[in-house]
Amino acid sequence: MPSVHALFSLKYSGVPATYPLYISFSSQPILYSYFRSSCSWRVRIALALKGISYDLVPVNLLKDGGQQFSAEFKAVNPMQQVPALKIDGITLSQSLAIIHYLEDTRPNPRLLPQDLKKRAQVRMIADHIVSGIQPLQNLSILKQMGEKKMEWAQNCIASGFQGTAHCCDLLLIAALAVQLVVSQKLFCFCRFKVDMGPYPTITRINKALLELEAFKVSHPSRQPDTPAELRA
Amino acid sequence: LQFLKCLLFIYFRSSCSWRVRIALALKGISYDLVPVNLLKDGGQQFSAEFKAVNPMQQVPALKIDGITLSQSLAIIHYLEDTRPNPRLLPQDLKKRAQVRMIADHIVSGIQPLQNLSILKQMGEKKMEWAQNCIASGFQGTAHCCDLLLIAALAVQLVVSQKLFCFCRFKVDMGPYPTITRINKALLELEAFKVSHPSRQPDTPAELRA
Repeated sequence: MPSVHALFSLKYSGVPATYPLYISFSSQPILYSYFRSSCSWRVRIALALKGISYDLVPVNLLKDGGQQFSAEFKAVNPMQQVPALKIDGITLSQSLAIIHYLEDTRPNPRLLPQDLKKRAQVRMIADHIVSGIQPLQNLSILKQMGEKKMEWAQNCIASGFQGTAHCCDLLLIAALAVQLVVSQKLFCFCRFKVDMGPYPTITRINKALLELEAFKVSHPSRQPDTPAELRA
Repeated sequence: LQFLKCLLFIYFRSSCSWRVRIALALKGISYDLVPVNLLKDGGQQFSAEFKAVNPMQQVPALKIDGITLSQSLAIIHYLEDTRPNPRLLPQDLKKRAQVRMIADHIVSGIQPLQNLSILKQMGEKKMEWAQNCIASGFQGTAHCCDLLLIAALAVQLVVSQKLFCFCRFKVDMGPYPTITRINKALLELEAFKVSHPSRQPDTPAELRA
């Protein structure tokens, strides 16, 4: 299981986090994450599924004008994006690029199908979901995802869903991506009114996935930077 | 089935479509092209006929090896996995991750044709980073090393919409001489020329090269 301990208490400190002064004596990867960011959660899930231990540094995307824009964080990740993963001497952002790197370098257990056509279909769904999710501030984009695209995702997943919580790898990364879009609403972190009535399959997948240890331990309600009132 | 040409559904001015056309050209893959107009008839991608081809109702869509794929980067990855020569992605896994990061960064910031505000929101800050990242590796030649190719490809398509005057956005390229230079160099490559929006079957006469 990943060791998830906060290294800086950013919530209450008026002092900017001094990222460059963080000296790690362990060779564990470092994940810069925001508790409620679906992109951050996506990476936490992948790390948990692969059993990769990491240190977690919270970055609040709303406070101080967005801590990802601080000079300190820019020194860590010039792309000024969260999640960011410091691993093997490089720093990566973009959740799917990070997940692909983990898949390439730590292949067991696999998240992507071995079959190249199925792998392409999973990538297609994941890209479809991720390209439709905009920064936290951009409500209109998530609304624009609309029922039509969710309906397709549901149909696509439904055609392969075996009725078990342990999705076959064909669906895993796609379900992962879909689940995170959906979970924002189901977990009541949401600010959007997505009616899940037409999508019982997605609801069922979400429920099943939330039973998995990797999804529980990485949940936004259980992060070092989760505010007390939202903590599980 | 390998002898059958693939079928690419595209819109001439769509940067996502152009991206796939470039990849197919770079890999020397023959294809038949079916234009789908994203603006006419309420968007031809939403027609019942096209839905039968691609239930995701998205363009570009590639019918290949018995399946239909959409999402330009998913398509490009499939081509890379199944037709590996010549390679578009670096062999080195760290460099490959960095290229994917840049490509995803560009693609996640590009919205449907109707959504002007999103492309504007990409803003100078992100373009500046892309420029710096590419500049750090650019060798001064039109034939980019593979490390940069797919990233340059993605960046170029964002930029070229403005440079080719298909644009509707006022992006000041003044601060980004490196991106401008890359774009100019890439447009000299045959794969980029033959796939250019000005040379497609559905390019309107007034925009044709």
